[in-house]
Amino acid sequence: MTCDAPAPAAEATAWRSYGANRRSTRTLRVRTSAALVTVTVLAVLLVPPLVQLDQQAVDLSAKLLPPSWAHPFGTDDVGRDLLLRCVYGLRVSLLVGVAAALTATVVGTAVGATAGALGGWVDRAVMRIVDTVASVPHLLLGIFIVAMFRPGVWPVVVSVALTHWLSTARIVRAEVLSLRSRPYVDAAVSGGASRWRVAVRHLLPGVLPQAALAAVLMVPHAMWHESALSFLGLGLPTHTASLGTLIQSARGSLLAGQWWPTLFPGLFIIVPTLAIAGLAGTWRERINPRRRSELML
Amino acid sequence: MARLAGRRALFAVPVLLVVTFGVFAIAAASPFDPVRAYAGSAALGADQETLDRLRDNLGVDRPLTARWWEWLTSALGGDLGQSSVLRQPVAQVIGERLVWSSLLCAVAFVVAVLVGTLLGVLAARRQGSWLDRSVTSLAYSLEAAPIFWIALLAIWLFALQLDVLPAGGLTDTASEQVTAGQVAEHLVLPAGVLAVSQLPWFTLYVRQGVGDALAEDPVRGARARGLSEHTVLLGHALRSGLLPVLTLIGSRVPELITGALLVESVFSWPGIAAATVEAATAVDFPLLAALTVLATAAVLAGNLLADLLYGLFDPRVKFSDM
Repeated sequence: MTCDAPAPAAEATAWRSYGANRRSTRTLRVRTSAALVTVTVLAVLLVPPLVQLDQQAVDLSAKLLPPSWAHPFGTDDVGRDLLLRCVYGLRVSLLVGVAAALTATVVGTAVGATAGALGGWVDRAVMRIVDTVASVPHLLLGIFIVAMFRPGVWPVVVSVALTHWLSTARIVRAEVLSLRSRPYVDAAVSGGASRWRVAVRHLLPGVLPQAALAAVLMVPHAMWHESALSFLGLGLPTHTASLGTLIQSARGSLLAGQWWPTLFPGLFIIVPTLAIAGLAGTWRERINPRRRSELML
Repeated sequence: MARLAGRRALFAVPVLLVVTFGVFAIAAASPFDPVRAYAGSAALGADQETLDRLRDNLGVDRPLTARWWEWLTSALGGDLGQSSVLRQPVAQVIGERLVWSSLLCAVAFVVAVLVGTLLGVLAARRQGSWLDRSVTSLAYSLEAAPIFWIALLAIWLFALQLDVLPAGGLTDTASEQVTAGQVAEHLVLPAGVLAVSQLPWFTLYVRQGVGDALAEDPVRGARARGLSEHTVLLGHALRSGLLPVLTLIGSRVPELITGALLVESVFSWPGIAAATVEAATAVDFPLLAALTVLATAAVLAGNLLADLLYGLFDPRVKFSDM
């Protein structure tokens, strides 16, 4: 995100030599990503109400079975079906991720827009605070908050939200600053529009796409944080299946040589992350065509 | 340059102060009770009077600012308090463990930089080729993969299936002392996994930087003069393409700390990050506070390094302007 757009010359050569090729890969990427996101959302929404299977059902006669037709992802150390556990885990992780990303985006947009719109000492003070919080490593701050407030769903959501609003605040502030100098804002101000009206009618609509994009990109990030905290034993309680707790509780089986309880929950983190990044990348190109080749990390 | 470094270091002081205060404020707002943490399981059987006396002795009921100030002044004198989980002074915990964490991070980072540069240049040489696509897709997938998951799979593969590397720890359990050979052997997996987690970022930025440089005038000029492709790539494109990446190295400290936190706890590496997780699990406030502040200081130092490198490598930047 710190990388600027390359010189137009670079763009032109790249497009001329591999233009057609790149465009077709792009469509393919968008379609695959869209399909995967749809499948993920449908699985998370529809499987629990439609599939009448108990994810907690213990079957000790079927423990630690390798992947087969009956259990495509195998079973865990008390015989629970891992495919079902993974879907439930994805549901919890995604829920935590979305809740944290929404909170972070609302806070970040409010702070960034206030700083950008008011300017002056408010802007300087707010951005100093943002810089200060940003200089504590995210996961460490998250660990600190969760450790102090005891593990649970809400501490995890709050700790992920508290560490993630900073980038949104920066993006939104920069956007507001650039919008403020547009002629139509000048026109509105000289036409006698109040500050509030300018902010709501002219600045906010310009900022929203950026904020929404930041929110979408934050969901996988927040999921990652939740699973890291849960993996360390500091996040969700072990009996709640989230992708992190699944990997955490699979550690024993892994050391005994069973790879499947570890492998599949991890894939459930990677695939939605890549799919969301793929879609968001295209979206970003559309709202911000000049930064087409900017790196997305 | 010394003046810039000094000025930046001065800017870091208020940031660190605010962070220490924030740490105390979060602890004060949480349900965490220092008396119970101090007494541990002994608090269960103790009568209220003893607990009250302990509360008085520890000064828990004094205002937040007073406790913060006291911690700060004694911290500046080198006394960071007592770690309840490790039963050691915090300063000693940090002193003993910092070496191992630094070793792990340094080795991992050097490996990531070298391999990342190699892959990035290979991918940038012909953008759009199958090699470029495989490297880029691999980098994005690795970026999305949780590092603790990679670490666990690496243990499964290298320690359990192939049985070529030890699964964790600093030395073999049977050995009495720490020898360089054993440490090196035990370092391979954690450092490798940490390097893999840093690799995607580095590869993608080098690819971008070198790819852009390949389309710029100096490269065109060098090609026009008939220089070999090798010289053009390494002497011109890599040199100018690597510049922006090198200057960003300092800003990677937070990611390195995050990675080390997870890697050390998976591999039971006796570093400072593993101590952080232990401290968090046992709600060991003195240790946790000190480690949070230490990590922040490391991040600020990294930012300073980034600024200095930027000025050092890019002749267009004047230190007096920064």
